[in-house]
Amino acid sequence: MKHNSGFKQLSLSIIWIWLLLFALLPFALVTIASFLSHSDTRLIEPPFTWINYTQLNNILYLRIFKESFYIAGTCTVICLLVGYPFAYAIAHLNDKIKGVFILLIIIPFWTSSLIRSYSLITILKPKGIINSTLIWLGFIDKPLALLFTNTAVMIGLVYNLLPFMVLPLLTNIERLDNRLIDAARDLGANRFTTFRRIILPLTLPGILSGCILVFLPAMTIFYIPDLLGGSKSILLGNLIQNQFLIAQNWPLGSAISIVFTVLLAILLVIYWRSMRDKTHQDLL
Amino acid sequence: MTINTIVELRGVSKSIHDHQILYDIHLEVQNGEFLTLLGPSGCGKTTLLRLISGFENPTTGTIFINGKSVDGLPPHLRHVHTVFQSYALFPHMTVLENVAFGLRCQHISKQEIDQRVTDVLKIVKLEKYIQRKPEQLSGGQQQRVAIARAVVNRPLVLLLDEPLSSLDYRLRKTMQIELKQLQRTLGITFIFVTHDQEEALSMSDRVVIMHEGGIEQIGTPRQVYEKPQNLTVAKFIGEVNIFDCDILSIDGQHITVSIQGKKRIAKSTHPFAAGQRAHLLVRPEDLRVWGQSEVQDSSDMFPGVVEEVIYKGTTVDLMVRLSNNQLVAATEFFDEDDDRLEYTIGEQVWATWLSGWEVILPYEA
Repeated sequence: MKHNSGFKQLSLSIIWIWLLLFALLPFALVTIASFLSHSDTRLIEPPFTWINYTQLNNILYLRIFKESFYIAGTCTVICLLVGYPFAYAIAHLNDKIKGVFILLIIIPFWTSSLIRSYSLITILKPKGIINSTLIWLGFIDKPLALLFTNTAVMIGLVYNLLPFMVLPLLTNIERLDNRLIDAARDLGANRFTTFRRIILPLTLPGILSGCILVFLPAMTIFYIPDLLGGSKSILLGNLIQNQFLIAQNWPLGSAISIVFTVLLAILLVIYWRSMRDKTHQDLL
Repeated sequence: MTINTIVELRGVSKSIHDHQILYDIHLEVQNGEFLTLLGPSGCGKTTLLRLISGFENPTTGTIFINGKSVDGLPPHLRHVHTVFQSYALFPHMTVLENVAFGLRCQHISKQEIDQRVTDVLKIVKLEKYIQRKPEQLSGGQQQRVAIARAVVNRPLVLLLDEPLSSLDYRLRKTMQIELKQLQRTLGITFIFVTHDQEEALSMSDRVVIMHEGGIEQIGTPRQVYEKPQNLTVAKFIGEVNIFDCDILSIDGQHITVSIQGKKRIAKSTHPFAAGQRAHLLVRPEDLRVWGQSEVQDSSDMFPGVVEEVIYKGTTVDLMVRLSNNQLVAATEFFDEDDDRLEYTIGEQVWATWLSGWEVILPYEA
């Protein structure tokens, strides 16, 4: 017993040390940096100031925030609309074929998402696969402008993030007790009512975790707008990256990060409260 | 089909993946009766229920509900409801919402829904729990919600798929009585599936005994217990001692048989012929066991040795090894006239039964 509890304490302390060193400490540093100033010679320096935050109250930054929320939100909705039927269909396949499909979802993770995004360029570019196929089929005369548009960014985001929607949904839908669906049908519910009143509320946890897993990275994956959107799309992730790497304004970059983190924290709190307080089904 | 038939199965069979589950089922269910499908697990009774509820379609044959063929009609359009073995209560809804679910699907006015839900929850004594979630209820309470959720829709037929099997013994006994009372109160036809023969006998108006995808016998509990049509039924319903016998002669209903070299007169309406082999069945409670000193004439009795004595309060159960090495079970009741129910293991006894209390069935290899 004593040995066992020693092991438990050791593993717990490792986790705590890890979280302190690599999560809490960097966050604290970023928080401090966001209240500091910068000069041409030093990345951060005293005195403490609010200016980094007041600076954010600028139409340019607010537009980037709004645009990022809009794009990440649209991406989440598309992932949900595509991912839900997909996950539902996979969950109802027999075990052998299901394994193959789950493997197909996971295989892309074996390649870096950056490389996969580069390869999207060859598909989307004016002489890429999509355009040449459409021209060959005679649907269009001139190549469509796909690359370096918001459409391309959206394609890249959905492509990269769809698995994060499908996997939690799949787990949730598989856990769904099919006898409840039988019971609903038995009590006179048609397919639509069964979906709306039984399947949807019972898979809501999966929907919410999928949405969070897609929405959060969609706001911050800076290289996808960079590669596929050209210089036109500046999103929150790019803005932060620019401040740190190009403008060398660490305090401002930190302030943007903190505001962003606080916003996400608020979203997460709303999520937890809706999960705890089980009346959330009544909203649907 | 008689005017009072609510459900009829005509030549229904069912195969799934080349595996035949039901063979040529003919069954008429009377309106208002409590009918039980009884059989061991895997005999096809649950499949039969799913055919009536519409979750499965018959491979051949037709099912009629209230005089109309329900071929291809999906479950939500049939006026039959099921109480599932697992109850299948909706975990995200309160008791009230669970019970109101079926009515809401029919777009009934809110006042009427409230009225009917309140009424049915009173009948099942759950009116205090309407705002609880299923997980906050005991097994017996969940069971009642499942029944209330189905009967509130006033189905033509209520199908119950082993609804009591997950309850403990005492609660099961209580629920058996409650279910029977509920069925009388509501006057709804119940088709009840169980593998528990005691449950089937004590609750049903009629019992359908199923075995390996076919119906072995349909009858009142008393008929299937006292007049089993074949060995399968006799063995499945209660305990039974089976003796092999030869038919010597027949005189109307009286049949003279020879068992282990002894002649006995038995009664049967079955058309037997002299010289045929047959099975003679005696229930343990019909078998009398006498001590050596109590017997004067042992010409139609069978000698044996007591191997086991099990005292059960109202009865004493005996296992007796007969002289041909067959082991038979006997249940002796305590009564005022017979104070001698003291048996000891190893005691020499005589086993016998009253003529006419046995059942003779054709020989099955």
